[in-house]
Amino acid sequence: MNGPLSVATIVVSLVLAVWYLVRCALDRAPIRADLLATAVLGGLVAVLAVVAVIGLFDGSRPAETATFAGYLITTVGFPPTAIVLARMEPTRWGNLILGIACLVLPVLVLRLQQIASVTGG
Amino acid sequence: MAERTPTTRPSDAAIGTGAGRVLLLVYGIFALSAGARAGVQIATRFDEAPLAYLLSAGAALVYLAATVGLAVGGARGRLIALAGCTVELLGVLVVGTLSVADAVAFPDDTVWSRYGSGYGYVPLILPFIGLWWLWRHRAR
Repeated sequence: MNGPLSVATIVVSLVLAVWYLVRCALDRAPIRADLLATAVLGGLVAVLAVVAVIGLFDGSRPAETATFAGYLITTVGFPPTAIVLARMEPTRWGNLILGIACLVLPVLVLRLQQIASVTGG
Repeated sequence: MAERTPTTRPSDAAIGTGAGRVLLLVYGIFALSAGARAGVQIATRFDEAPLAYLLSAGAALVYLAATVGLAVGGARGRLIALAGCTVELLGVLVVGTLSVADAVAFPDDTVWSRYGSGYGYVPLILPFIGLWWLWRHRAR
């Protein structure tokens, strides 16, 4: 797992989470920019996933490859799912959905790093 | 047919309101994460800590039941959700206490170990929110 890229993803995600929580508190529905921001985050996560998959061919496989793959798919799928759900909810709660997604995402990235750091022979 | 199913959704169905949908999202995430974790643990290394892994699977089912119960609402949905949230609350308190008191019996983590600290203590808070939802939407 690429260190700086993971950190960047986590930081961006947390900053966005604060933004969405504020937007929800102010009773605003997600606007196009809100959804686009999550899409950008999704792009960042996709790059992270590609780097992680390329890393698999370096010889150091995570001990739990299946779990790693599961987390990877979940992590990549998370931002798009949040966008779809937020679009279905054009109220303040749509922003809370995005906010929760941005709070869960760093946890997923951290777990991915944990799993990737435990390599099997 | 003598009795038709009602065509309107019960007013206390969580799926019917924005806040309720967010609650369902969080419950769904927990049902999924607890379930997936239990699935992997049971499939790959059940012998190591069968109690903890079965507990994880049970917790996942309880989260799933509570999610569905909250979503559909109505008398039956409320009952399912009430049972689910109560079991969650008892589970996180009992398992949390046991895992702190006797770490040997719980060698591997479950969602409820150490009051859900591995999950940001959300498992400890979630049943309260679920029960609050049921209380707020109680029949008057």
